[in-house]
Amino acid sequence: MYDFKYHRPGTVRQAANLLVKNEDAKVIAGGHTLIPVMKQRLASPPHLVDLSHIEGLNTIEMKGRALVIGATARHAEVASSAIVGEAIPALANLASQIGDPAVRHKGTLGGSLANNDPTADYPAAVLALGATIVTNKRRLKAEEYFQGLFTTALEADEIITKVMFPLPKKAAYIKFRNQASRYALVGVFVARRPSDVRVAITGAGSEGVFRVTAFEEALKKRFAAKALDGIEVPADGLNSDIHGSAEYRAHLIGVLTRRALDAANAKE
Amino acid sequence: MAKISLIVNGNPVTANVDPRTLLVQFLRENLRLTGTHVGCDTSQCGACVVHLDGKAVKSCTTLAVMADGHEVKTIEGLAADGAPLHPMQEAFREHHGLQCGFCTPGMIMTAIDIVYRKGNELDDHTIREELEGNLCRCTGYQNIVTSISAGAKAMAKSDLA
Repeated sequence: MYDFKYHRPGTVRQAANLLVKNEDAKVIAGGHTLIPVMKQRLASPPHLVDLSHIEGLNTIEMKGRALVIGATARHAEVASSAIVGEAIPALANLASQIGDPAVRHKGTLGGSLANNDPTADYPAAVLALGATIVTNKRRLKAEEYFQGLFTTALEADEIITKVMFPLPKKAAYIKFRNQASRYALVGVFVARRPSDVRVAITGAGSEGVFRVTAFEEALKKRFAAKALDGIEVPADGLNSDIHGSAEYRAHLIGVLTRRALDAANAKE
Repeated sequence: MAKISLIVNGNPVTANVDPRTLLVQFLRENLRLTGTHVGCDTSQCGACVVHLDGKAVKSCTTLAVMADGHEVKTIEGLAADGAPLHPMQEAFREHHGLQCGFCTPGMIMTAIDIVYRKGNELDDHTIREELEGNLCRCTGYQNIVTSISAGAKAMAKSDLA
């Protein structure tokens, strides 16, 4: 790992100022993506700004009809939170499947979203639930936030502070894990929202998380696996690697979406 | 350099460290607590698991500066030299939960964390799921699972736990 200067701000404002003052500074919270890539020397930020000592940034609470989760809430905290379990059990279930127990004790919601790894779990939930990403500067809709592989709408001095999830009527997340890395080979989050249905896929798209609109249209009429009969997911634009071809991933999307629908409907 | 102060195995420690020092390096090289191992160095194998504020974390993926002001417990902190072993250590000894022993410190620290979170009565399925982040390349896990099941029960009756 290359040398860097370590900063520990006490507030989001101080953190943002450090990002403005120090070009190429990086934010760190749990560090479970950033530290590995720094060890591999794929990243060498001259400054690290540690958010983990900012108070109140990991709060989990209900505000009106939305579940609000602070950016530095750890995966283990989301997975075991009674508030999340009551409001959106599918989200608690998703968090309980990230990495392994030790990773979940450190990794954070904000870190996962800021990194936007194409095989990460949280982006699927954020896009399917139509969540709003709140930063120190503005509010971003999920659709405008995710912009491709490891790319987001975040500016250099912008910090995620919390994420607001509107409550769905039904939801479920099903993940098919890579046997070695445990990342999603394909992960499907389905959400029946008051006004529409969303199906978001992680792990499969060559441009990161995306929605399957053909499925969504059919499911809007009838929220059940049967509604997907005859609808094929094209392999165009899907990843193909040693773990699975694009065609295999396209097939998995169909299978996992049906399983997710069954799971969502089973939670009556 | 950055000044850090933390509690390691109950003892206050203060040191000046290069910010890029990993917690596992700090424990092994500065404090000579070499019971915590570096296996893969990529957050996968769990040989480096220690407790940070009572929770299992991978010390190869934690900066020493991030442990500043916190409490760390390593395998050496489970039982004093010459004193009876911690019940989870004793269970690994009793049930042959190891062959080469390289993964054992991480296995035991993870096992105790499982008990903290899931209680003293653990079924084998739960133990296997929870061991997802700890790799052993020689035992085949069977005796590790048996050890953790027995150690969890023993912890209920022990003052050390």
